Amino acid sequence: MKTERYDMIVIGAGPAGLSAAIEAARQGVRPIVFDENARPGGQLFKQIHKFFGSKEHRAKVRGLKIGEELLAEAEEYGVEVVLDAAVIGLYPEKEITVKIDDTVRHYKGDTILVATGAAENMVHFKGWTLPGVIGAGAAQTMMNLHHIQPGKRIFMLGSGNVGLVVGFQLLQAGCEVVGLADAAPRVGGYGVHAAKIARCGVPFYLSHTVIEAVGTEYVTGVTIGQVGPDMRVIPGTEKYFDADTICLAVGLSPMSQLLKQAGCAMEDTKGGPVPLCAAAGKTSIPGIYAAGDVSGIEEASSAMIKGRMSGAAIAAYLGYTDEKVQEERIFELGQQLGTLRQGMFSPENRGKLITKTDEGIGVSMHLLEHGSVADDEIARYPGVTRQAGIHPVIECTQNIPCNPCQDACPKGCIRIGERITSLPAVDAAKECVGCGMCVASCSGQAIFLIQEDVDPGVGEVTIPYEFLPLPRAGDTGTALGRDGRPVCTAKVAKVRSSPAFDHTNLLTLKVPNDMLMKVRFYQTQKGGMGL
Amino acid sequence: MIDIQERLRQIGPLDGAPDDDLLVCRCEEITKGEIRRAIHQGMFTIEELRRYLRCGMGLCQGQTCGRLVRNIVAAELGVSPTEITSATARAPMRPIEMAVLADDGGAAHG
Amino acid sequence: MEHPILGKTPAQKKVVFTYNDRTLEGYEGEPIAAALKANGVMVHRYTSKKHSPRGIFCAIGRCTDCVMIVDGKPNIRTCITPLQSGMRVQTQYGVSPVKEVL
Repeated sequence: MKTERYDMIVIGAGPAGLSAAIEAARQGVRPIVFDENARPGGQLFKQIHKFFGSKEHRAKVRGLKIGEELLAEAEEYGVEVVLDAAVIGLYPEKEITVKIDDTVRHYKGDTILVATGAAENMVHFKGWTLPGVIGAGAAQTMMNLHHIQPGKRIFMLGSGNVGLVVGFQLLQAGCEVVGLADAAPRVGGYGVHAAKIARCGVPFYLSHTVIEAVGTEYVTGVTIGQVGPDMRVIPGTEKYFDADTICLAVGLSPMSQLLKQAGCAMEDTKGGPVPLCAAAGKTSIPGIYAAGDVSGIEEASSAMIKGRMSGAAIAAYLGYTDEKVQEERIFELGQQLGTLRQGMFSPENRGKLITKTDEGIGVSMHLLEHGSVADDEIARYPGVTRQAGIHPVIECTQNIPCNPCQDACPKGCIRIGERITSLPAVDAAKECVGCGMCVASCSGQAIFLIQEDVDPGVGEVTIPYEFLPLPRAGDTGTALGRDGRPVCTAKVAKVRSSPAFDHTNLLTLKVPNDMLMKVRFYQTQKGGMGL
Repeated sequence: MIDIQERLRQIGPLDGAPDDDLLVCRCEEITKGEIRRAIHQGMFTIEELRRYLRCGMGLCQGQTCGRLVRNIVAAELGVSPTEITSATARAPMRPIEMAVLADDGGAAHG
Repeated sequence: MEHPILGKTPAQKKVVFTYNDRTLEGYEGEPIAAALKANGVMVHRYTSKKHSPRGIFCAIGRCTDCVMIVDGKPNIRTCITPLQSGMRVQTQYGVSPVKEVL
């Protein structure tokens, strides 16, 4: 039996594993990365939306682009990545067994980083094994990697960021999303993600769950029902939808089995066992580290930083850097991670109802219960002002760690300030030139440009638009409100696309002045979303 | 050591639930009713249930149903899911053919 | 098909494969499951105990719901097995290609 030795073995070529390998390789470590999948990058290549955060977190860059950059960097530093290689065992002596082709191979590392990520949680209901009931990850894999639609008419269960983001991606892939339900009484993910699909007309059913996937050979429909505080369905509240697909987005759990097998100290949480980690992902076994979702579910941006921290710690553990260099680097990365963990959706706020923003403004209950801010709630946010000329209207109403809009404006009209989670404010004293950079830079697609009286009584509203076919100037269609309901007829005044906008097109619509603060989406005349 | 008879008396008799025919383990096709019955026969740990019913022992290795089984055990015993020890992690973590497993130590990668 | 973010689907080589007694087209190298899905096939197999239909569930090779008989070999995870020209793909009943065996 032959065992190969490495400085550093990384299990999982996702954002955390690759980041760790790159960080260590930069210090001279020779890492080897194993991944059971045929492609590296973990879930990054399925994440086609723009990321949140600040410049240092590569905010407003789409996940798939970040994945490409990470792979290029891994290649640059000579990180060896072995694909189709499932690690089937991890032993406390820092030895692993890997299935590659039809053999089991043995590797021993001086250090091992486990970055196996997470697995999707499931819920069971009548008919949940029928073809057509799929995980949200499956939907993303089908549409964003393999370019096929997961279904035509889809019902989404789960209002966390995964459910909301995948719901929007389904619309982008040309599918119809007939509804979105969550057993929780309030939307779990970012309000801006919810607002993106609510304005497309997707109805939200909070305090609802799936009762049954209907069909004999495969899904032909879905029955949902309202749940009471005891989570039981209230008789008489059942609703039926024709659907060919039910998509489940009900949370993620760390895939921590390898760490458990190795004998690392674990904590049993509701989501399953999680390794007890000291700084930089050190587990209880010296030389074994954990980074990314396996050590606690967060966004990919956080996973990349956690990976870099472990990589830096491993380089020092192996003697490639001295303690001081390592401490400084880990401190710097820790600051970046800390930034991402601020705001209403921070790990310590999980599950809590927050009714006021840091600024003391009431959180929109309509947003939490229906997915969109109500017309009479929007004026209270600092990004929403009324001015004579063209100006941005920023419908960013929750404290989330994100600030690209502030950097995007060449005229300084948008101010977030020191705290990345502060609500963006519009400075009426600065002159907006209508360039639209803020509209395209907003990962939450929450910025609009508004100008009253372009013609007498008629103004223009500019909206972000990421659908095909792209409407053309001169087209006439239906303008939809924040809740996706038709509000008036709209004429497309202009359509702007630019490499700087990165696939977010800017659609300028002509509507009556009094509709400017209501219109937030556009539907081509024939119905559908122009999809 | 817990007194199984005493514990069984505490959790009371098994009564039929309307969702007992609901499939929990997709791979081995084990229903909620079968799991509940086994619990009332004195199998209080995930490990015993796995050996007895094979739930979580199929091709997916309990990836999908692990949490669901744990929640059922917790509900039946009237405790929080975190009090129920998760299944033991053991190699192979992924389904693997016996012939491949037997071909141990094939020339290492390179 | 053009996607608003991903653009045009990269050009791939079309290949022919069989699904039970039908001849279908797909793209070389895409997962067998993707080719079947594009052809409207929903049911990949029927389970051994309850004979219930199964199809794509996780699409990343974990859940094993989508297994079928490929070129005579059962339990092939179609969601991660690349399609090749001339492949013989069959519905799996339990672990067999024949319904009566159940």
